[in-house]
Amino acid sequence: MTDKDRLVPDEGLAPASTAVPAAGTLEEFTKPPQSQWREVWHQFKSHKGALYGGLLFLVIILWVYLGPLLWDLDPTKIDIRARNQGPSLAHPFGTDQLGRDTFSRMMAGGKTSVSVGITAMLLALGLGSLVGVLAGFFKRLDGLLMRLTDLFLALPLLPLLLVMMLLFRDPLNAAFGPEQGIFILIVVSIGVTSWMPTARIVRGDVLAIKEREFVLAARSIGTTNTKMILRHILPNVLSPIMVSATLGIATAIITESSLSFLGLGFPPDFPTWGRLLFDATDYLQQYPERVFWPGLAISLTVLSVNYLGDGLRDALDPRIRGR
Amino acid sequence: MLTFTVRRLVLAVPTLLFISLVLFLLLEFAPGDPMAQVPLTVPPEVKEKMREALGLGQPAHIRFWKWLVQFFWIEPQVLVDHIFGTSFSAGDLRVISWQTRSPVMDIVIQRIPQTLWVVGTAYVVGVLIALPIGIYSAYRQYSWFDQTGTFVSMIGFSVPPFFSGVLVIVVFSVNLGWFPSIYDTTHKVVDWDSFMIQLRQMIMPVMVLALQITAQISRFMRASMLDNLNQDYVRTARAKGLGERAVVLVHVLRNSMIPVVTVIALGVPSIFGGAIITEQVFKVNGIGQLLIGAIQANDLPMVQTLTFIFAVLIVLFNLIADVLYGLLDPRIRYD
Repeated sequence: MTDKDRLVPDEGLAPASTAVPAAGTLEEFTKPPQSQWREVWHQFKSHKGALYGGLLFLVIILWVYLGPLLWDLDPTKIDIRARNQGPSLAHPFGTDQLGRDTFSRMMAGGKTSVSVGITAMLLALGLGSLVGVLAGFFKRLDGLLMRLTDLFLALPLLPLLLVMMLLFRDPLNAAFGPEQGIFILIVVSIGVTSWMPTARIVRGDVLAIKEREFVLAARSIGTTNTKMILRHILPNVLSPIMVSATLGIATAIITESSLSFLGLGFPPDFPTWGRLLFDATDYLQQYPERVFWPGLAISLTVLSVNYLGDGLRDALDPRIRGR
Repeated sequence: MLTFTVRRLVLAVPTLLFISLVLFLLLEFAPGDPMAQVPLTVPPEVKEKMREALGLGQPAHIRFWKWLVQFFWIEPQVLVDHIFGTSFSAGDLRVISWQTRSPVMDIVIQRIPQTLWVVGTAYVVGVLIALPIGIYSAYRQYSWFDQTGTFVSMIGFSVPPFFSGVLVIVVFSVNLGWFPSIYDTTHKVVDWDSFMIQLRQMIMPVMVLALQITAQISRFMRASMLDNLNQDYVRTARAKGLGERAVVLVHVLRNSMIPVVTVIALGVPSIFGGAIITEQVFKVNGIGQLLIGAIQANDLPMVQTLTFIFAVLIVLFNLIADVLYGLLDPRIRYD
C-alpha cells in the first residue's frame, strides 16, 4: 500500500452491502481504492503473530493429513521386539511400550484430534449462527432463544460432557462401530455445548445491522426474509463468525484431549493426542519424553489457532484496520 | 438495585429447577445398571429388592420429586441440625450415594476443603499476579514487557492443564525431586514443619491452575486499562497536575476494575469445573475427583447432586457478577 492510498478512508466509501464482492469482475467494474479483503489481508500480514500462527496451523494440518502418505508405517502395528526404543532413523520419536512407532501414532492422533476440532467447531458455529441470526432477526424468537442460550451457559459444561460420554457411548458404539460412534458422540457433545458465545455475538451484530439503511432499501424492493438473511445479513456478520471459528477449533481440541485424558474419550487402541498423553503418563518416570510430544502438539496447535484468531479479529475490525 | 437482585433471585429458581430436570432426564437414559457388580448367584427377586432399596422401583417423576425434596428440604434441615444440634431431619431419607451407601452431602462436605484449599489458593494467587501484569502491560503498551506478557498469557491459554501438570511433575518431582507429585490429603497441619510440607505439596497444582487464571485475568485487565487510558478524564487528571502514579493507580485503575471484578466473579464456578483435570493429575481427592469417580462407578445420585451443585454455583456467581456490576458502575442501572 502506498502512502497515497493510505489517505483514502476505507469506511463509508464502499457500500456495506458489497461486503463480499465476487472477486475479479466486480473489482474491475467499480475499482474501489482497495478491495475490502485485500485491506483485511494487509492488516493481517502486519500482525506477525497471526501470520506465523496461521502458517504453523497450515503446516500442522498438512502434517497430520498428508504426512501418513509419506510416512506409511502403520500406527497400530505392534512390534514387541522394538519396544521402548529411543529416537532413531527408523523411528524419529522412538517407539512405545508395544513397539508401535510414535511418529506415525502422533500423525494418526493428530488427524483425529484436528478432525474432531474442525468438525465440532463447524457444528457449534452452525448452531450458534443459526440461533444468533434467528434471535436477532425475528423479534418473536428473540426472548425464547436467548433464554435458551442463558440456560445453556448456566450448565456445568465439563461435568455435563463427561456425563454425556458415559451415557451415550454404548448405544452409539453399537450403531456406528466403536470409532465412528465415539467420533460422532464427541463432535456432537462438544458442538452442542459450545455454540452459546457465537450465538450471543452474532445476535448482537444482527440487531445492529438490521437497523441499517441498506436493509431498509432491500426490504423496500421486496426482498424476502430468507434472501435478506442469506444475501445481506450473513455476509456482514461473517467476521465475528470467523473469529469464533478459530477460537472454537482451539477449545474443541482442548476439550477432546481432556476427555481422552480423563479416560472418557476414544478407545485405547485408537490414538488421539490426548490419549497418547494419557497413556504416556504411566511411563512418566522412565520415558518422560513420551508425554512431551503429544502435549507439545496440542499446545502448538492451540497456540497457533489462538494467534490466528487474534490476528483475524484485528484484521476484520474496521475500527482497527487502517491504523 | 434491590428489586433487581430480588427479581434475579426469583428468576434463578425456575432456571435451576429446569437444569435439575435436564440433568435428571439425561441420567434417566443411563444404560448403566447399579446392580451390574452384584454376583450372578444372587437370585433375580433379591436383585429386584436391592434395586427397590436404592429407590429405583418407582416411576421417574416420583423419583425426581423425591430428589428435589431431599435436596432442597431435607438437606438444609440436616445442615441446621448439624449447626444448632436440633433434630428436624431425624428419620428423613437423605440423598444416598450408591457407591458408599452414605449421604451424598456428607461426602461432598468431606471433599470440599481439599478443593477449596488448592483451587481457592490458586485463584487468589492467579488474580494477585494477573492484576499488576495487566496494569503494567497496558501502561507500557507494545513494550517488551507487554509482548512477553501477551506471549505468556497465550501460552497459559494454549497449554492444557493435563500437559502443564504432567510437565511440572516431570521437571520438579522426577528430575529435581523438590516437590511430591501426589497430593496427600490426609496430611494435617499442626506446626511449622507440617505447614511447610503442606506448602510444598500445594505448589505444583497451584502453579498449574494459577497459570491459566493469570492468563485470562491479565488479558482482561490489560484490555480494560487500555480502554480507559485514552479517555478524556485521564487527560483532565494529568492536566490538573496529578502525579502519574495517582492518575494510573487511582483514576484509571478504579474505573478499569469494574469489568475485571465481574470477570473474576464469573470465573469462580468455572474454576471448580476446570479443576477436575488438575485434581486428577495431582491426585487431589477434591470435588472434581469425586465426580470422575462417581461417573466411572455409575453412581447416579452423586453425579446428579454434584453437577447440580456446579450449576447452582454458576447461576449464583452470574447473579453476583451482575449485581457487582451495577453496584460498582453508577452508569449502569437495572431498574
